Amino acid sequence: MFLPRFKQSFPPPKRTGLTCSHLVKLYREMLRIRKVEDKIVELYPRQEMKCPTHLSIGQEAVAVGVSAALKQKDHAYSGHRCHAHYLAKGGAVAGLFAELYGKSSGCARGFGGSMHLVALEVGLVGSSAIVGGTIPIAAGSALAFKMRKLPYVAVAYFGDAGVEQGVFYESYLFAALKSLPVVYICENNGYATQSPLANRQPPGPIINRVKRLGGHVAAVDGNNVLCVYLAAKKAIAYARQGRGPAFLECRTYRWLEHVGTNFDYHLGYRTKNELEQWMKYCPVAVYKNWLLKNKLTDETALKNMEAEIGQEINDALAAAKSGPPADPAVMAASLYA
Amino acid sequence: MHNLNEKREIKYSEALSEALAQAMEKDPGVFVFGVGVDDPKGIFGTTLLASKRFGQARVFDTPLSENALTGIAVGAALEGMRPVMVHARDDFFLLAMDQIINHAAKWRFMFGGQHSVPMVIRGIIGQGWGQAAQHSQSLQAFFMHAPGLKVIMPSNAYNAKGLLMAAIEDPNPVICIEHRKLFDLKSFVPSKPYSLPLGRAQCVRPGADVTIVAVSQMVEEALKAAQQLNQRNIQADVLDLQTIKPFDREAILGSLKKTGRLVIADTGWLTCGLSAEIAAFACEQAFSHLKAPVKRVALPDFPTPCAKTLETAYYPTSQSIVDAVVDLFGKVKETKPLDGSNIAVIDAEFKGPF
Ligand SMILES: Cc1ncc(C[n+]2csc(CCOP(=O)(O)OP(=O)(O)O)c2C)c(N)n1
Ligand SMILES: [Mg+2]
Repeated sequence: MFLPRFKQSFPPPKRTGLTCSHLVKLYREMLRIRKVEDKIVELYPRQEMKCPTHLSIGQEAVAVGVSAALKQKDHAYSGHRCHAHYLAKGGAVAGLFAELYGKSSGCARGFGGSMHLVALEVGLVGSSAIVGGTIPIAAGSALAFKMRKLPYVAVAYFGDAGVEQGVFYESYLFAALKSLPVVYICENNGYATQSPLANRQPPGPIINRVKRLGGHVAAVDGNNVLCVYLAAKKAIAYARQGRGPAFLECRTYRWLEHVGTNFDYHLGYRTKNELEQWMKYCPVAVYKNWLLKNKLTDETALKNMEAEIGQEINDALAAAKSGPPADPAVMAASLYA
Repeated sequence: MHNLNEKREIKYSEALSEALAQAMEKDPGVFVFGVGVDDPKGIFGTTLLASKRFGQARVFDTPLSENALTGIAVGAALEGMRPVMVHARDDFFLLAMDQIINHAAKWRFMFGGQHSVPMVIRGIIGQGWGQAAQHSQSLQAFFMHAPGLKVIMPSNAYNAKGLLMAAIEDPNPVICIEHRKLFDLKSFVPSKPYSLPLGRAQCVRPGADVTIVAVSQMVEEALKAAQQLNQRNIQADVLDLQTIKPFDREAILGSLKKTGRLVIADTGWLTCGLSAEIAAFACEQAFSHLKAPVKRVALPDFPTPCAKTLETAYYPTSQSIVDAVVDLFGKVKETKPLDGSNIAVIDAEFKGPF
């Protein structure tokens, strides 16, 4: 069983170095992602979003904690499960919905779909549906930053299966060799499709293997947004200082099926009990309670926030749905620069 | 060979599943591995039977380490095992091209024919539901290009079982390219183990006016097209290649002698694709029989786009084949107007696939 055993407690608000409004903003970002994903769960069965869709429900704290530690000009890459990474980096909700609906106003102009989100204006360079595909590419961004003496870092998000690809080790060692400012965020949710980690990797934490490769390596409770933020801040600072690559293993959990919008414990590869324990440890809810307990916000403010997000989502949906469908006539012009 | 009274119809996916299980039964050296082969979904059901019958020792999950696992299959094959590796999508083959092309395909030749590498790698072409650029590729031309590999592309349940069993029995590396859109298609499949010879095409509809050479899912489209062409009084000879490397030269030649016209329908890209190779063969070997230029129906030279509007423009259909054939005849044979009544309804889309 893959249970939320690795729980870290929230640091005292002061230790985060964040202002009250910043702390609340982290919640807002997570809630925004959750609400967008919930909306997809609601609408996907209508079969108008015609693409395979991998939702991030349960994993919001990773994207939000990491993005909070990044600058907008830092570059990020993602994989098949990219909605949260896109939104947390600042991608527009309308661009996401329009992409799912196959509209020319989609963030990839309808060419990519759910697995290929992109938001160049906020530094999300792209998302690949090949597991591990962006690991070397992020190192390439980092190489360019270094050669051009730019103060940015490149981040690649991938799942626990990402470290099973040989290209991970090759890229990481190259980044260590050249002290590249690249940060690898491994979202360990215990499974790759329906395969538990134990079927795919030898026992022992992922970070124990990566530690031998050098750089800055740490594991963090991926459902605790503040712990993710602080750990990412350290990792990113290390890389930005030109000391080499950093690797952050974020332990978290995917609530829904691998691809699609349903629960899937009935398949038997994981139990309902396991899911329930993680749902009780919801990254959004536990942080909300912490904010309230520390009186950093109140119920009224949160109600207003929820209404605002609801409005943003409805507006984005309306805009996405009313736009023209992607136009085959632009395919030819999209092939070569 | 087959019991002619047996009427059993099963799905393409069930036929693949049965082939694996029966091959494993016949030969204890056969084992099946790949990402997700033993999970509850079992590669769209195709590995469930084998997994249930033979368990973890012979049907096992792997890390997402496609290149290494392919090399591991090569090593096991060199030691006399018969590995069957499975990719849920054709696209994941590309991570293993070094082991497939540089090693599996060449190992025998490079050492003067002293070895054999009896292994099979299955990959599935995705199509539709916005699977987009990296979950839908038809990569057969890459494998056809490299000497040392055999490549099969089953088009129905009957040849899926027979070809996969033959591939597993073959002493060479065989790439088996399946098509997701065919997985629920039913046809007659004998329950006993059987293998179909590799390298043989099958005439799936006789006709004297035009040869349509098709593979995989395009065989379905070609048959629909043939029905439509029938209304125009054009009789198509539809050849299902079944094995594309080596492909059945005699069958194509024989048909061309009869028809003098050739349309090739492939699931892959146009440039340097399977269709280019067949066209070159026809020009080199059957030029004197040809009454018209060769026509090709293939994917345009773009990666697969996502949006439905783009997919619709991207994928050729039976209509594309009809158009190509009609083009060959000009107006000469157009005796009956096209009313479209025979076009089969486009297959129901499958949803939220992985
Ligand atoms: C190279 C490659 N092999 C197989 C797949 C099919 N596939 C897509 S996602 C996935 C599981 C990935 O698991 P993980 O990296 O843990 O990410 P998660 O889905 O859990 O977020 C698999 C096997 C793929 N996309 N790419
Ligand atoms: Mg995972």
